[in-house]
Amino acid sequence: MWREVWLICRKDLTVERRARVTLIQIVPTVLLILVVFAFAFDANPSLLGAGAGGLFWVAVLFGAVLGAKRSFDIEAEGGNLDALRLGGLSPAAILWGKAMALAVQMAAVAVFTAAGLVVLFSVTVTDWPLLLTAAVCGTAAFAICGCLYGAMTVGLRSADTLLPLLLIPVAAPVLLAGTRAFDVALGTSADQGWSWTALLAVVLITYVAVGWAAAGPLLEDA
Amino acid sequence: MTGSVATRVLGAIGLAAAAVMAILALWVSPADAVQGDAVRLMYVHVPSIWVAYGSFVLTAFASARVLWRTRSGAGGTEGVIADRQARHWDRVAGAAAELGVMFTGLTLVTGSLWGKVTWGTYWQWDARLTTTVLLFVTHLGYLALRRLPAESRARARRSAVMALIAVVNLPIVHYSVDWWRTLHQEASLEIGIGGDRNYSGEMYWTLLYSWATFTLIALWIGIHRYRVLRLEELAEEAALEELLSVRRSEPSHDEPVTER
Amino acid sequence: MGAAVAFEGVVALLDRFPALAGVDLSVESGEMVCLRGPNGAGKTTLLRTCAGLVPLRGARAEVLGFDLIADRRTVRRHVGLLGHRTPLYGDLRVDDQLRHCAALHCASDAEASAAAERFSLEGRLMGVAIRRLSEGQQRRVALACLTIARPQLWLLDEPHAGLDRTSRDALDELLGDAVTAGATVMFATHETDSARLAAARQVTLAGGRVSMSAPAPGAGSSADVA
Repeated sequence: MWREVWLICRKDLTVERRARVTLIQIVPTVLLILVVFAFAFDANPSLLGAGAGGLFWVAVLFGAVLGAKRSFDIEAEGGNLDALRLGGLSPAAILWGKAMALAVQMAAVAVFTAAGLVVLFSVTVTDWPLLLTAAVCGTAAFAICGCLYGAMTVGLRSADTLLPLLLIPVAAPVLLAGTRAFDVALGTSADQGWSWTALLAVVLITYVAVGWAAAGPLLEDA
Repeated sequence: MTGSVATRVLGAIGLAAAAVMAILALWVSPADAVQGDAVRLMYVHVPSIWVAYGSFVLTAFASARVLWRTRSGAGGTEGVIADRQARHWDRVAGAAAELGVMFTGLTLVTGSLWGKVTWGTYWQWDARLTTTVLLFVTHLGYLALRRLPAESRARARRSAVMALIAVVNLPIVHYSVDWWRTLHQEASLEIGIGGDRNYSGEMYWTLLYSWATFTLIALWIGIHRYRVLRLEELAEEAALEELLSVRRSEPSHDEPVTER
Repeated sequence: MGAAVAFEGVVALLDRFPALAGVDLSVESGEMVCLRGPNGAGKTTLLRTCAGLVPLRGARAEVLGFDLIADRRTVRRHVGLLGHRTPLYGDLRVDDQLRHCAALHCASDAEASAAAERFSLEGRLMGVAIRRLSEGQQRRVALACLTIARPQLWLLDEPHAGLDRTSRDALDELLGDAVTAGATVMFATHETDSARLAAARQVTLAGGRVSMSAPAPGAGSSADVA
């Protein structure tokens, strides 16, 4: 099982290493979102600083939508998913392998987004452990969620437009909890940051459980 | 096509009940001391959210049944029965989700109209409102997913998974939104539509009556939707025989002379 | 050995269209079968159905002894399918793709490089992204992947299309070796070059059914091809 997961994960990361779609398409798009928000808020430093935590998660969420789309596009192309099925891979291995690879790519997106916030919105971090824990939990949750819905829509006509509609409402709790935790970590609010991070962890565990249960029904058939 | 004696009677009763409900809600029941005539929206708002939640619960239950039945994957007669039951529950899930979306929409519209009159704003970022709107959007997505053409069994399984994720997600959404608002809001809303206030007798009975009316009408629509979905499948089954015979009579050339 | 494929009245629907409209077909283990018929006769769907990738109904559908009506999944790992689309990751380099295939099918590096050599994929080509290869070169990579998979049942859709002379010969030799080793081969083709297909039983499809099944035209000469 873990051999199969690693097989898929390594394959997806190799595809990314060769094509660099995340690095040269998704990351710039996400940074562009930050810039566009600065336009929307009239480049008002206090507004931007206060909204930075939320903006991070909105940007990463859109990155995850694009990443999930891309991750399953390469499987739909040329019938690669059928080839994996013919290789006898279990649906769970396919899902977790892809989720792991997507999580790594989303982590890169998150790092660039954070750097963008520091540079463009001049935020300062007051609580690093909180920030990192929340970022890891939230990004992983996005990756799993993205893969679930990517698998749900793979090969369907108009999957491109459907994916955000399905994914964003489900990701709402991550968005909320992540934003609250980041607000604390960035010193813009005095909320209970660790409680929100705990909620993120609960969400992550829930998605892991859902992934185990849903992989079979979603991926075992053409 | 989809009517039977029972559903015709059900429909007639439902429509008559709706007419009576209009009279009760608009004339017989009094205006509220605080909310004025706006309170009358409650007779639509409260029953529709009840119907909506009931439908979503049914969708989730039916979806669980779909997954349960397609899980076995056995061949032979057992497989045929399992397949038929899975199709049945898939239709139930689809019909119920449509009802749910429609009545959630009605809830949101009446709620925001009421809010405009009472609170002076269409929308409040209140936990219940936010959860409801997310529920609405999630199930809109569910219906969009169902509409996409696909092999029926794969589609049934896929949408069942989606409905169950929506249910699993619901408490998380509710909890996080609730927590978010209670931490950040100055005061919770004093007056809620259909909240725990003292109502006069007429108001109480009217509400109870409209609840029954909405349930009847929802049942009526739901049964018809189910039958339409089943007729569509039957029509496909019937067309299959013809398609098969057309297919079998296609000309056979040894070599590819015709490009289509 | 028994039958590799045993179909009775198999119907397969693709988006409500009966692509297979009652196929009766029996293929023995170690046999080579050539599927013929006009475009849209159901050749591709028949191959995909044998791979367990298409929902089907019918009186009997067994492939390699697995009952497809009860379970279409177990058979898949014993089957190799090359469809008319080439199942490769366009962004990967040839060596990445071959390494992935070897890992997928638990094959050794030696087997992978032997397969690559068979379709002359050594040297410069190994480092090129698959998207940059020509159609024929991509088919060669896909065939090498199939070789790595060592299936018991080979299902090939127009395998010769787009291949140069050398690669065609390599493919024929490969299929011959597979049959000699006891595997079964089914391929669809529009080729008329009968010398190449001499060893194969000819099965003609029309309207989603088997309309004709003839023994190999040059049954006596099968040994030379193998």
